[in-house]
Amino acid sequence: MSVDAENVRRIAHLARIAVADDEIEHLKGELNAILAFVEQLSEVDVAGVEPMTSVTPMAMKKREDIVTDGGIADDIVRNAPATQDHYFVVPKVVE
Amino acid sequence: MSELTSFTLAAARDALRRKDISAMELADAHLAAIEAARALNAYVLETPDAARTMAAAADARLAKEEARPLDGVPVAIKDLFCTKGVRTTACSRILDNFVPTYESTVTAQLWRDGAVMLGKTNNDEFAMGSSNETSHFGPVISPWRRHGANTTLVPGGSSGGAAAAVAANLCLAAAGTDTGGSIRQPAAFTGTVGIKPTYGRCSRWGIVAFASSLDQAGPFARSVRDAAILLTSMAGHDPKDTTSADVPVPDYEAAIGRSVTGMSIGIPKEYRMPGMPPEIEALWHQGAEWLKAAGARLVDISLPHTKYALPAYYIVAPAEASSNLARYDGVRYGLRVSGNDINDLYEKTRGEGFGKEVRRRVMIGTYVLSAGYYDAYYLRAQKVRTLIKRDFERCYADGVDAILTPATPSAAFGIGEKSSGDPIEMYLNDVFTVTVNMAGLPGISVPAGLDAQGLPLGLQLIGRPFDEETLFALGQVIEDAAGPLVPERWW
Repeated sequence: MSVDAENVRRIAHLARIAVADDEIEHLKGELNAILAFVEQLSEVDVAGVEPMTSVTPMAMKKREDIVTDGGIADDIVRNAPATQDHYFVVPKVVE
Repeated sequence: MSELTSFTLAAARDALRRKDISAMELADAHLAAIEAARALNAYVLETPDAARTMAAAADARLAKEEARPLDGVPVAIKDLFCTKGVRTTACSRILDNFVPTYESTVTAQLWRDGAVMLGKTNNDEFAMGSSNETSHFGPVISPWRRHGANTTLVPGGSSGGAAAAVAANLCLAAAGTDTGGSIRQPAAFTGTVGIKPTYGRCSRWGIVAFASSLDQAGPFARSVRDAAILLTSMAGHDPKDTTSADVPVPDYEAAIGRSVTGMSIGIPKEYRMPGMPPEIEALWHQGAEWLKAAGARLVDISLPHTKYALPAYYIVAPAEASSNLARYDGVRYGLRVSGNDINDLYEKTRGEGFGKEVRRRVMIGTYVLSAGYYDAYYLRAQKVRTLIKRDFERCYADGVDAILTPATPSAAFGIGEKSSGDPIEMYLNDVFTVTVNMAGLPGISVPAGLDAQGLPLGLQLIGRPFDEETLFALGQVIEDAAGPLVPERWW
């Protein structure tokens, strides 16, 4: 499989990464080189093989449903580029 | 440089306890060495104030005979570990001036045991790279040069700064991370020892995430013993990482010198790659002979799915990365580039904040997870991963104790030599190491000799899950035979 310029634009949008028009051709070439490289997986017989979900066999750990952390709003917003009263500030989303 | 910086970790620890040296003079000697070696660009942040505060505290404990395991030992930390109050960037522009309000579990354990932080080391952006050339802070220059040449070489990557800092005596040891070879490949390129422990051995909490099912922390050091000492402190169960393994951590140093007589060492035929330099082949053979001379048995084995590990990795790792890196949105931390609306803000922030390699991998990951492609790419890659792991399980079930392979397909290359054209050319650097991450196994790279141009080469030992001790015992045999590799100082 390979991607065309339109696919590259769509993928960039899905990934929320702005890509300039003059970069599309180059990116297309790089992505297709990677896709061509991984294409060799299609020759592997994977019939009846379970996909890996956990590399080491382990039971899902559970813990009590209790609050273990919190009250650190100052810390949470400390590195934010724009805040107001412990809120993150973003452009208007809902009209 | 001062003798204080050429100590092994073990020798420095013992000298500190005997009070032959103080933690403060050891820290000062290293801070001076770091300052004199800025041309290598190994550190992206030096933390002299923290180093001196921690050294003073270590000296106070040493004076009271209350020494902790690493008291006064100066170490470097890859800039992928979150360090409380100390800028952490993953060497990406998108993290900008991020200052964590918490400490990663692994580094917290190093400080608990008395280690002294010298600074944060350079790495490929978000650990995506094999040469340290994708860092927002620029490439690291290897302390190694070819005989009679002054071409600047890469230290490998992604933990290139940590490897260079250890090789150039800018710390006694360092903490790195390995997703596809990011500890073992730079260790091989710089003549240092690097181990990626079993998946789950070290907590991933507080480490900037790349591919969560593959990421593991591990040490760099100038001897196998030093790596064992550091890993003992770094490893251990952490309730904050649900994938961290709740199994006891042995005293790894005790495995040094342990007999390897009767051990069965697998030599996988699939690691004999077409076009592999004869020097690598010869080194591999030499390593096998050393282990045999120490009493181990060599067994030819087959890991038939080896060639599919790298392509499967380049689906699984980017897929996980595209998900993990979704958090860089210009809202909660890091860089923000204003936009007309929220989507425009996201796209511009991520377009400017991510470097080319990161952008490429996030886009590949997005594509292989997108509707209509998930089964063909991602699900198939995860099935291939099961087959890769089965290959190893079969060998271990047949009685193989560890597997010996070359660490890399070549010695270090020049800066810019592989970074311009085809991304696959760079990816092939990890062909021998990536299988180990895909199977979640422990792997160690030990310096084993120099090539004809005078550059270090490493051998890799792959172990059974949670059996790092065998790797330390076998690694010591290689180290004893090959001797330490030390770059000539030019910087």
